[in-house]
Amino acid sequence: MDNSLVLLLLLTPFVGFLFNVFLGKKAGKGISGALGTLAVVVSFAMSVYFFMQLNASGKPIAIKLLDWIQIGNLKVDFGILLDQLSLLWLLFVTGIGSLIHLYSISYMHDDENMHKFFAYLNLFVFFMITLVVGSNLLVMFIGWEGVGLCSYLLIGFWHKNQEYNDAAKKAFIMNRIGDLGFLIGIFILASLFSTLNFVEMKQALSAGNTNTALYSIAALCLFIGATGKSAQLPLYTWLPDAMAGPTPVSALIHAATMVTAGIFMITRMNFLFDVTPEVQNIIAIVGAITALVAASIGLFQNDIKKVLAYSTVSQLGLMFLALGLGAYNVAVFHVITHAFFKACLFLGSGSVIHALHGEQDMRKMGGLRKAMPITFATMLISTLAIAGIFPFAGFWSKDEILMVAFEHNKGLWIMGSIASIMTAFYMFRLMYLTFFRDFRGTEEQKHHLHESPSLITWPLIILAALATFGGLINLPGSNWLNHFLEPILARKHEEHALGSQEYMLMGIALTGAIIGIGWAYSKYIKEGFVPKQDSEIVGFSKTIYHKYYVDEFYMSLILKPLNALSNFFRTTLEPALGNIVYGLGTVANGLGNQGKKVQTGSIGLYLFAFVIGVLALVSYLFLGQ
Amino acid sequence: MNVSLILLILLLGALATFLSGDKFASKVALFFSLVALGCSSVLVNHFLGGVDINVNNPWILQPHVSFALKADGLSLAMVLLTVSLTPLIILTGFGNHFEKSKNFYALVLFMAFAMTGTFLAADGLLYYIFWELALIPIYFIALIWGNGDADERKKAVVKFFIYTLGGSLFMLIAFAYLYINAGSFLLEDLYKLNLTATEQTWIFFAFFLAYAIKIPIIPFHTWQAKVYQKAPTIGTMLLSGIMLKMGLYSVIRWQLPIAPLAAKMYMPTLIGLSIAGVIYGSIVALRQKDLKKLLAYSSLAHVGLIAAGCYTLTADGLSGAVSQMIAHGFVIVGLFFAAEVIFRRFGTYKIEDLGGIRPQASKFTSMFMILVLASVALPGTFNFVGEFTVLYSLSQVNIWFAIFGGTTIILGAYYMLKMFQNVMLGETNTKVFADVTINETIVFVILIAFLLFYGLYPKPIVDLVNPSITEILKTINR
Repeated sequence: MDNSLVLLLLLTPFVGFLFNVFLGKKAGKGISGALGTLAVVVSFAMSVYFFMQLNASGKPIAIKLLDWIQIGNLKVDFGILLDQLSLLWLLFVTGIGSLIHLYSISYMHDDENMHKFFAYLNLFVFFMITLVVGSNLLVMFIGWEGVGLCSYLLIGFWHKNQEYNDAAKKAFIMNRIGDLGFLIGIFILASLFSTLNFVEMKQALSAGNTNTALYSIAALCLFIGATGKSAQLPLYTWLPDAMAGPTPVSALIHAATMVTAGIFMITRMNFLFDVTPEVQNIIAIVGAITALVAASIGLFQNDIKKVLAYSTVSQLGLMFLALGLGAYNVAVFHVITHAFFKACLFLGSGSVIHALHGEQDMRKMGGLRKAMPITFATMLISTLAIAGIFPFAGFWSKDEILMVAFEHNKGLWIMGSIASIMTAFYMFRLMYLTFFRDFRGTEEQKHHLHESPSLITWPLIILAALATFGGLINLPGSNWLNHFLEPILARKHEEHALGSQEYMLMGIALTGAIIGIGWAYSKYIKEGFVPKQDSEIVGFSKTIYHKYYVDEFYMSLILKPLNALSNFFRTTLEPALGNIVYGLGTVANGLGNQGKKVQTGSIGLYLFAFVIGVLALVSYLFLGQ
Repeated sequence: MNVSLILLILLLGALATFLSGDKFASKVALFFSLVALGCSSVLVNHFLGGVDINVNNPWILQPHVSFALKADGLSLAMVLLTVSLTPLIILTGFGNHFEKSKNFYALVLFMAFAMTGTFLAADGLLYYIFWELALIPIYFIALIWGNGDADERKKAVVKFFIYTLGGSLFMLIAFAYLYINAGSFLLEDLYKLNLTATEQTWIFFAFFLAYAIKIPIIPFHTWQAKVYQKAPTIGTMLLSGIMLKMGLYSVIRWQLPIAPLAAKMYMPTLIGLSIAGVIYGSIVALRQKDLKKLLAYSSLAHVGLIAAGCYTLTADGLSGAVSQMIAHGFVIVGLFFAAEVIFRRFGTYKIEDLGGIRPQASKFTSMFMILVLASVALPGTFNFVGEFTVLYSLSQVNIWFAIFGGTTIILGAYYMLKMFQNVMLGETNTKVFADVTINETIVFVILIAFLLFYGLYPKPIVDLVNPSITEILKTINR
């Protein structure tokens, strides 16, 4: 019974994918969208069912479906593990996934390839579920690469635009750089443990026999994999470009779910990272720097989705900071609250873009709050949440990260806090530029301004509610999430008793957020400042506006030399090699003349005689037995 | 019933095709290739049931040469690869028109015959004869039915012919030397030889020249791209899908077990050279302007990794290499067929003249995309199983081999996706592109179904091959 329900959970989105690929166009947009959405809702329902079951019994479900790869004594099967961690992820992946599918029915309705959109979206959910429920690293890797593929397909969904295709390709390739790290990590772990199963690896590791140097290298390799998928330094540059995809994609894949895969993986492997403190330090530092760098770039972006993209990179950085400090539960808490408010923000921005017929530049927005009250209200709530204002969800989770950082290292705490202040600033800058003062678009756009239909607003409302109350799952004092996650974490998490220091830190964080908001208020509301045209930006802000020229740096350091090398090989080395090897000896010449003679003969006859001869020979031998 | 039946069917098929008219040649060839496939499947079943399907008859008494065919998991896997791909390759020709098609298809079947013989032969001289026989049909196929400027084509093809023939001459000398020592060409007798390390080194590198040119391993690859480009696509498929596996197979069957001391001594060098080929091929592929040449270099990169797996001398490496040979055979045939499908409509392989096909042909786009993904070894495809196993075996030898060899997953994605973008995506092409026909679809669907099925369930192939790998490793470590 349970087995078939697990399969239902896993395969329904895949069936949805098949349906939309083969029958979606014929079925029409309504059915295509409805069935696509239903497929994910079924998975969500199953996730809820298993979640309740686990809550009651406390026993994880492990199922082996099929043998897959066997190399020597390394056996890898298609195994499923439904435990606290995977079910938590399943809940918000399929839950938010359902809402975003619903939203897409309306958002993508005018697209001629809507059925393909739902096909890819369904396929994404299928691979994301695979990633999450896999009982070993290699099944996780199937999902890992699969979501990468869907990300590629969806970023380049409007494939007539080569810039979008470039962005899609970039995302895939940068992810693959991380994937090589992931694979090498898998190789090391496989040779250390002769298994890739999470439970077995954990047992083997706790049984002792510690080879710390190899553990560290393996952990570092896995982390490199995570920096690709979760857009951390130095592999983050694909994520802002990925905004080329339709906005629901940005919400689902590039904010709420796929980009959290790296955090999921590290939490899954927490028993390994716990014994490699030097790698943990690297993770914490990389996370903190990413949070800071991405937030600073976010300050200057004018494209509404780009702001949100850098914000996502920055928030993921904070989560990695928590991971690096061994506070996996805190990172997971922030993953969940972030999924709520960031999905809401992206969908809200989609609602705005929809109303403005594709306009994404905030310099051409303004004053939208009257025309779009629901979009405005829900985005405001989510903005308050991401800025860390009491009592919204983001306040609790971000606060915990900062508290943990404060305990471990004041430098990291300062970096995280500055990133948070900047977050409050750029998010309110986004809100002010989009929704306040006067509309700066064309007259025609102004005439058509309207609130989005209910298929778009309802998901916004639900997500805004979650962004408001999401903090309840792990309030200081109750700590439901911490207790829930206890069985999957190797090391016990010490509870914070709320003392004066904690209240002081909360106060500081809140003050910081308010400073950020006030700063944005005075600049964009009081002074009515509108960002300048691109050409007018000078000085250091120009450097930041151009994202510290990191893309250009990669381009000139890696891509250009690689392509130059390729050209050199193609035009110079290849012919030279050919001539050298070919020119060895005069025998070649002699044989060449022979070759020419052959060509003048009657080939048919030549061949015929040849075939007859060999045929006679073989039949004689065959029959002669 | 024994394995010579497969050879007989293919040869009879070649004859029947030649005697049939130009009108029916392709259908007759398809029929015989399917019979060969059916017969091979039955024989594999017999083999798995424990029936002896080997052949060993005396042939020439002086020198002592036997008509000996050895059917073990390894050779049967390669035979299955050959007889599965041959009907598909013939089927791709249904959309082409060839002058004198009876000659053409007879040559195709004859080549399949010679390649099958190469995979089965268990006598050095017989093997050598099959090895060289296989060269003749592809020479004519490329020369007569190829595309592009005739003079340039002739230059490329003749170069290829001389190159490979020259390489295998060294192998013949090696066999002569082995015969003097063993008094027989039989594989089992050669396995028993106790040669000194110096002797083995000479033998090893004589074999190496023949195989390095065939596979090809850099820097012996320079014939490849031009011949792939100039040959008719069916020829390119035969070359890349099956023929180059003759070289890789021979490494496992002949080179390593006959000269194991040399193999062990030069193992790091050979792995290094093979991996250099992976990186070199990938980088050259990046800026190719011709679709077929790009695929040729991608093939160079992939076979480099397979060769590296062979030279690890480990069970994992050899097993992964065989899986990857099969996977590569299917995927490269599919990719070249995609190139052919485009050529049929647009009459060019020049990448800059392509683009904007996706809006016009969604079925073709999807199937081409899946093949591209298999080529970059996405998990779920058989290519992933092969590549993962090979890279894992390399990591066991030295982690740096795995890291450098693993760059293929980055570079491969780069040149393949770049190619796909330039060929398929972008603004709708001004020229009309009709979506795939039924015949074309059948070929793609079978290739893709194979790659996905064994990607998820590789056990049958691995179980077939692994016992013979174990046997060969015993010989290597004797």
